[in-house]
Amino acid sequence: MALSADEVRRVAALARLALTQEQVERYRADLAAVLGYMERLRGLDLAGALPLAHVGEEVNRLDADEPGPVLPDGVLQKMAPATWAGGTGLQTGVFIKVPKVLGGGGGA
Amino acid sequence: MTASATQIAADVRARRVSAAQVCRDALARIDAANPRLNAFLQVFHDRALEQARAIDARMARGEDPGPLAGVPVALKDNICLEWGRTTAGSRMLENYESPFSATAARRLIDAGAVIVGKTNLDEFGMGSSGENSAFGPTRNPHDESRVPGGSSSGSAAAVAAGLVPVALGSDTGGSIRQPAGWCGIVGVKPTYGRVSRYGLIAYASSLDQIGVLAGMVDDAALALSVIAGPDPLDATSARRELEEFTHDPSTPPPSLVIGVPRQARAASHHAAVTAALDSAINAYKVVGARIVDVDLPHTDHALAAYYLVAAAEASSNLARYDGIRYGRRSSPAREGEAGEVPESSRAEGGLLDLYCRSRSEGLGPEVQRRIMLGTYALSAGYYDAYYLTALRARRLVKTDFDAAWAAGCHALLLPTSPGPAFRLGERADPIAMYLEDVYTVGVNLAGLPAVALPGGRAGEAGSRLPVGLQLVGPAWQESSLLRAARLLEAANPVPRTATSAPASS
Repeated sequence: MALSADEVRRVAALARLALTQEQVERYRADLAAVLGYMERLRGLDLAGALPLAHVGEEVNRLDADEPGPVLPDGVLQKMAPATWAGGTGLQTGVFIKVPKVLGGGGGA
Repeated sequence: MTASATQIAADVRARRVSAAQVCRDALARIDAANPRLNAFLQVFHDRALEQARAIDARMARGEDPGPLAGVPVALKDNICLEWGRTTAGSRMLENYESPFSATAARRLIDAGAVIVGKTNLDEFGMGSSGENSAFGPTRNPHDESRVPGGSSSGSAAAVAAGLVPVALGSDTGGSIRQPAGWCGIVGVKPTYGRVSRYGLIAYASSLDQIGVLAGMVDDAALALSVIAGPDPLDATSARRELEEFTHDPSTPPPSLVIGVPRQARAASHHAAVTAALDSAINAYKVVGARIVDVDLPHTDHALAAYYLVAAAEASSNLARYDGIRYGRRSSPAREGEAGEVPESSRAEGGLLDLYCRSRSEGLGPEVQRRIMLGTYALSAGYYDAYYLTALRARRLVKTDFDAAWAAGCHALLLPTSPGPAFRLGERADPIAMYLEDVYTVGVNLAGLPAVALPGGRAGEAGSRLPVGLQLVGPAWQESSLLRAARLLEAANPVPRTATSAPASS
């Protein structure tokens, strides 16, 4: 089965991947081959075969509503690739730094 | 080979040897062999010795450090540990330090095991050869020009080379059993839900399961007994009673029925795989087991269904790697190095742009391929045709196994792979690589337990590569499955020393 370069770019956008032109071509070929292999599922008689998403025997497990230990803010901030310290009043502290989200956004 | 875990624990508990000495020996073996094998991504020289000395101190105080007292254990590097780094074999997590330990790791430590290091793997568990690690491929200790299998490549190579008696791995579509087969060791993939996955870096959550690689069935059973059991931190861990998987070897075998699927044989197989199967069947007959023919008609479909389901779940699970909260973030200086940011993302400004560039820089080609495949299979217009079809096929795969249990089989005997390990770089085509998994993925789709064990050797003397067999059992029947495996291990002995392994001290 054939995929267009635009289809590959559409999937890459959904997957949040930045592909080079060479990668677009490579994934176009690879995905076409793999999806072609998947076509054999079309030959199956699937009437009456209910979708099986999960084999686990635990269903809607409920636990007691008790507070447990949580990781301190400092530990989480240490893991972040970029942080920013500052602020005013109650909003003072260490924050995880991200690019501008609103208003057109800036660079990273 | 190193002494068995069972032996080491007995010796340490009887104070015939100190845990510190066992640890120093293991570290020396690792230091000698790892430059060639690349089985370990990190070795905890200081921390492991500290752990070992603490075991010895407990012995000196008259305490029992536990059933794995002083046993050196390696962890696949997708299992979180609160010291060192947990990389999942990915540039994305190259410098990631987990703030917590996986429950399975914690239970090993609480049972007296000494964690000597973290082992190499295909990135995020995605691969069947060990070649997809961002930190270089692992080599097969039986022939260093060949792959060890994957994705638990480093754990399998470490055990096969006698560096450690036991290692943890994870199995999503065969990632414990296939490398165990190619490295000539034992690999146990437990029933889905048997072992807590808290702290296991997720690949495909309806399939992933932590398990054990070991030199012999008894060691694997010992380690499984330690790590199994319900965990409040993993809602998918089954609330079943703790079981003891170790047995008195003198226990007489029950009247065992072994099913041999018609699909276990194919003309395209390596002759040694067929020979291993025949040899195992004969061995079982000699000890009084009954061999019956069974049919798993959806074996080929299982492979197609698996790659769709696993890729779909991976595309969702790996969405968390966005360069914001942890892991790799693309730096502005790298802008332009990654590919073209999709126009729809660029238009939304800095944040999406950062996601795309961080992911493309941090994730390797096979991981990106599976994310693309999974995203496609879940996308509007294709969901029913691919993902839902795969889930229906998954039902048929499970029904095949259910029919075998209903027919009275206690276990099914199958190869772990169609042939022995291939040479590094020999499988460039993704489909050819995926076909190596034809006998392992069905077990994960159905959530069943399976034990891989050495089946025989392929090739001329001097370059005799292991081929593996696996026994698949009904859900929750690890105990009888391990007994059937022990029986075969004793009745059909296969030489297991890796030729290039350094002499054990």
